[in-house]
Amino acid sequence: MELLIFYPLAAFTVLLALGVVFNNSPIGSAVSLIAMMLGLSGIFIVLHAHFLAVLQIIIYAGAIMVLFMFVIMLLNLKGDDKAWKIRERNLYLSIMTGVMVLLALYKMIDKVLDTTFGEGADVPDTFGTTVAVGTSLFTEYVLPFEIASILLLAAMVGAVVLAKTKVD
Amino acid sequence: MEPITAPIIDFTSLAPVLVLSVFAMMVLLVDLFIGRNKSVLVFISLVGLLCAAVSAFAKGTEIPVSSFNGAYIVDRLSIFFTMIFCMSSALAILLAVEYNKREGIRVGEYYSLILFCTVGMIVLASATDLIMIFLGIEIVSICLYVLAGIRRTDPKSNEAALKYFLLGAFATGFLLYGMTLLYGTTGSVKLATIAQLLNSGEVLAQPLMLLGVVLLVIGFGFKVAAVPFHMWAPDVYQGAPTPVTAFMAVGPKAAAFAAFYRLFAEGIPELAPTWQMTLSIVAVFSMFFGNLGAIMQTNIKRLLAFSSVSHVGYILIAVIAKDTLGSASLMFYMLSYAFMIFGIFGIIIILGRKGHENLELEHYSGLGFKHPLLALCMTMFMLSLGGMPPLAGFVAKFYIFQAALNEGFLWLVIIAVLNSAISFYYYLKVIVFMYMKEPIGEFKISLTPITLFVVAVGIIGTLELGIFPGPIIFLAQY
Repeated sequence: MELLIFYPLAAFTVLLALGVVFNNSPIGSAVSLIAMMLGLSGIFIVLHAHFLAVLQIIIYAGAIMVLFMFVIMLLNLKGDDKAWKIRERNLYLSIMTGVMVLLALYKMIDKVLDTTFGEGADVPDTFGTTVAVGTSLFTEYVLPFEIASILLLAAMVGAVVLAKTKVD
Repeated sequence: MEPITAPIIDFTSLAPVLVLSVFAMMVLLVDLFIGRNKSVLVFISLVGLLCAAVSAFAKGTEIPVSSFNGAYIVDRLSIFFTMIFCMSSALAILLAVEYNKREGIRVGEYYSLILFCTVGMIVLASATDLIMIFLGIEIVSICLYVLAGIRRTDPKSNEAALKYFLLGAFATGFLLYGMTLLYGTTGSVKLATIAQLLNSGEVLAQPLMLLGVVLLVIGFGFKVAAVPFHMWAPDVYQGAPTPVTAFMAVGPKAAAFAAFYRLFAEGIPELAPTWQMTLSIVAVFSMFFGNLGAIMQTNIKRLLAFSSVSHVGYILIAVIAKDTLGSASLMFYMLSYAFMIFGIFGIIIILGRKGHENLELEHYSGLGFKHPLLALCMTMFMLSLGGMPPLAGFVAKFYIFQAALNEGFLWLVIIAVLNSAISFYYYLKVIVFMYMKEPIGEFKISLTPITLFVVAVGIIGTLELGIFPGPIIFLAQY
């Protein structure tokens, strides 16, 4: 039953992820990205991580993507991709890289198919609820949780340094 | 609903991280209230680094102590590395004082970013948990992306930052995917638990785990710039401001190696036959391509970038050797490497002047006649990097080779020694330029006291570790 939901969702997500890459206009890419985030949150729900799914929608599809849209509109990037200079294609290099990636993928799939998977662990009823996530964040993972704030602060300072208009 | 019971927080273990974070934020705040002269910030940062170094011993003699449910550890390795980080960040800040004034980099955040980066490095060296390792790597990388591009009007600096950022984000993906697979197959992010599960053979889906290990090698390989993931190194080293180049050649690399060692030697030692083979190939490639690449270079910063790639090859041998001698030789190597690199970059900064950085090798011709003392220092650093006795580089290499021989990697040692011989070609090339060529113009060098002080520290460290390595080896090994 879960697989019946999972496969369409996964296919939807992968297709939209491809859409992000292959779309010509920045707006189109951003919209596909939003839809892909929704698909991802669907996968989280299948995995019983309800709280994470909601966060995924609120934070990524909501806040971050709105920022993306604003930036794209403010910069007015329409048709700007023609201004990019693309380095001349090196056919041999492309073929070699492609073959190597294919071989690596083949090897990976081969290995994965060989794998015998164990029984999935039992999921407790409280798994993935707000309470469970909050409890584990503030007890077992309290250190990573706090260290992440340093990471965010450093990133914020860095962004301001690189982006501020006037340097005295 | 019952309230969450408060977790046990071990503040003394975290002391260096806390102290340094406070000082980094203090630098940010003080920067608002002072004018264009940033000397106060330099002073605060140096005091902060000193306090952090002292507070690394807060645990006293009861090490090793594991805290936060096995996510954080204070042991011999982490304390020694914390010392290296504090020293190298202090030297990087000292190098930057006069350089920044000369090149017109007047950003106070420069110093706080270096401090934040050091926080990340300490976290990285003490982490025994995949999430913490990831966070540490991200803190370090994000600070470095910004520092590399801090000269915003210089296109080369911008190129360095952008290239580093894009490739770094890509490599982070590999790292994270590897960690996910490791977590998926063991159900734990704690290295100790993973090692225990592997030891008792309770891991199902082994092939997936091996895939995770390969992805981890790729991710870490990028962070330490090992071949074939080294392509960013020359451009970033060249484009970043010189003190930042020196900084990222030592501290962050040492931190990545500390985590590398912890993850592979303490987390998944059971899989050693597999990853030792993979890492050996990476190490051999790093040595060969690093040295061959360096031979072609005419720009001293690019030359040093390729030379650092080859040094990554040698250091990887210490990770492959993985027993106590492996970790001790890793520490000793990183310490002596720090002295040599800061000395060399100090001299590079001295040779430049405003607007002319004089980075081509031909700018060094005739230095031996005009400034014999500087040339002598440069010669010593170059010979030490090559591994000439009685300098630090020789003892460091010798020690790594000994660790590898103990574990039976004779063939790796033979290849490494051959590569040391190759590397002398380009180290000697610099010396030939300094002593055997006519100068191509007048030397207008900026002999400034603080940079000279850094060079002096480098020379003293290189000689000390080369002639009397005993005490430091004892500290690394006890």
